[in-house]
Amino acid sequence: MFELTVFDAALRMATPLIFAALGGMFSERSGVVNIALEGILLTGAFASILVTYQTGDPWLGAFAGLLAGVLVSAIHAVVSITFKANQIVSGVAINLLAMGATQFLTWIIWGSSANSPPVEGMSYWALPESWGAVARAVNVVIGHYPPLVYIAFASVVIAHVTLWRTAFGLRLRAVGEHPEAADTLGINVHRLRYAGVLLSGALAGLGGAFLALNTHQFVKNMSAGRGFIALAAMIFGKWNPVGALFACLLFGYAEAVQMGLQGRGIPSQFVQMIPYVLTMVALVGVIGRARPPAASGKPY
Amino acid sequence: MMRKPLLAVLLLGIVLSLGCASDEPSEGESDFKVGMVFDVGGKGDKSFNDSAYRGMLNAADDFGVEFTEFEPGQDADREVGLRKLAGAGYDMIIGVGFLFSDAIKKVARDYPDTKFACVDYDVRPGEELPPNLVGLRFREEEGSFLVGVLAAMHTETDRIGFVGGMDIPLIHKFEAGYIAGARHVTPGISITVVYAGTTPQAFADPAKGKELALLQYGRGVDVIYHASGSTGNGVIEAAREAGAYAIGVDSNQNYMAPGHVLTSMVKRVDNAVYKAIRDALEGTFEGGIEELGLAENGVGYALDKHNEDLITEEMTKAVEDVRAAIIAGEIEVPSS
Repeated sequence: MFELTVFDAALRMATPLIFAALGGMFSERSGVVNIALEGILLTGAFASILVTYQTGDPWLGAFAGLLAGVLVSAIHAVVSITFKANQIVSGVAINLLAMGATQFLTWIIWGSSANSPPVEGMSYWALPESWGAVARAVNVVIGHYPPLVYIAFASVVIAHVTLWRTAFGLRLRAVGEHPEAADTLGINVHRLRYAGVLLSGALAGLGGAFLALNTHQFVKNMSAGRGFIALAAMIFGKWNPVGALFACLLFGYAEAVQMGLQGRGIPSQFVQMIPYVLTMVALVGVIGRARPPAASGKPY
Repeated sequence: MMRKPLLAVLLLGIVLSLGCASDEPSEGESDFKVGMVFDVGGKGDKSFNDSAYRGMLNAADDFGVEFTEFEPGQDADREVGLRKLAGAGYDMIIGVGFLFSDAIKKVARDYPDTKFACVDYDVRPGEELPPNLVGLRFREEEGSFLVGVLAAMHTETDRIGFVGGMDIPLIHKFEAGYIAGARHVTPGISITVVYAGTTPQAFADPAKGKELALLQYGRGVDVIYHASGSTGNGVIEAAREAGAYAIGVDSNQNYMAPGHVLTSMVKRVDNAVYKAIRDALEGTFEGGIEELGLAENGVGYALDKHNEDLITEEMTKAVEDVRAAIIAGEIEVPSS
């Protein structure tokens, strides 16, 4: 339960959740519910593999995943901000579209409805060994996980600073709490909401890229519900980057413990219950009341 | 406010998903018409569904039957697809996958003059099938026994693993056969068994499959057999990354990581479908459960250029001896 390999698995499991939960947070903080995270993850995964397959460069692939996320979330933004349609409906439609479109394109491009061929993944970060003992020590830290794991953690810090320490963050929160008030103060509500939604697409798209690049291929529906878990993590973390991080780590750890304990003579029903029980305990015991941004889900 | 757009989206979804059927039956000489309904997103999977399709194509070549196919857009359309083909006068309708079990039984009762076949039919204890429905089942435990033998002979640590998809009786058959096969070679061998989950999602989560496998490889396991759909793509990727070995399932997956896939337990869905169509044509069709094992060439293990360096002559000989012994009834393979 406390082995290093379990922690490693937990961190890798948590990484796509962290990206997507941060994305969901930016979107909801601006007042737009984004249940399209699932579809954005999937699209990001697909785009990252497609571009890696074509160029052989997984970093370009990751960037493509990010861009694809932005594109898909742009649909959500146009529908729910400019045309003021119901945000839930738009999100559901995007999820369905992403599922169908990625599988269709997999079929068109690679002739298989199930998965892409394998591609190069990202190589782990490492300083040259010739730099001596210091480099080797640094490598133990920075070379232990795929690079995007570190970027996920960095994103949490950046998101925290952006949200709480910048004018942009303040305005973003303002349009999510009380768009009328923000508007009367001369803040462009639509522009900020676009920023929130597109940012969510970029982050979730990157999460999808991690998911696919770490598996070295695209597999249909490989997001496997992680977009929805990320939404839960965001609520769990009370719409805060650091809170969302801990929620994602908890989910990832519970899942990893569950996987690590299996096959060790403990009844499997009990083991598979662990993630749910941990979630309930944390939700009731630690988190308390979670209040969403007041104008979240309301078109303006 | 919310009702109308939601309804519109649903309707749009239904219209789109029903649009996938190809209504043009292919040319053929006989007037026997076969329809095949795949699972959601099934066709083109280079595995289970494509194998079924190949069986139908072979039958079409050999007997000149007309055929068509239908791929539902979402879960609820399975029954719609079956009914559509039955209503259009097809003589035989084949559902591909255990998820069709309930729907195909219902539709078979409503169309007693049409013949139905369901691949991997999920039979309940004591269940009676209508006389016009054949449930095609495979003795996966027999094929799994063979790959268990190979795993036990190949491992250097005497620790092997199993990754199942959804924790259901169908997958327990793979597990039971594999364990029995490995113990047949090395009675004291250590076998770690894990499952990806308890919902159908457990068959479609490669990221989870990879972590499950990495945890096992980290503990000294060096061969893992997966029976977990595309979750297993992650298991095979983990084998490549950890420099260890995986065993594929359903179709020949040796090519997915050459040198790291020890072998694959193959289910000859094509043979089963071909035989069902032939039986229907020749008038020997019988309703009920039809089981295909090693003796019927319904299951087996894959040997090709990607794994020929991994399977020694000694292993080939041992596994062929075991195959013969199972067919002769000298070895009894447990299925649960």
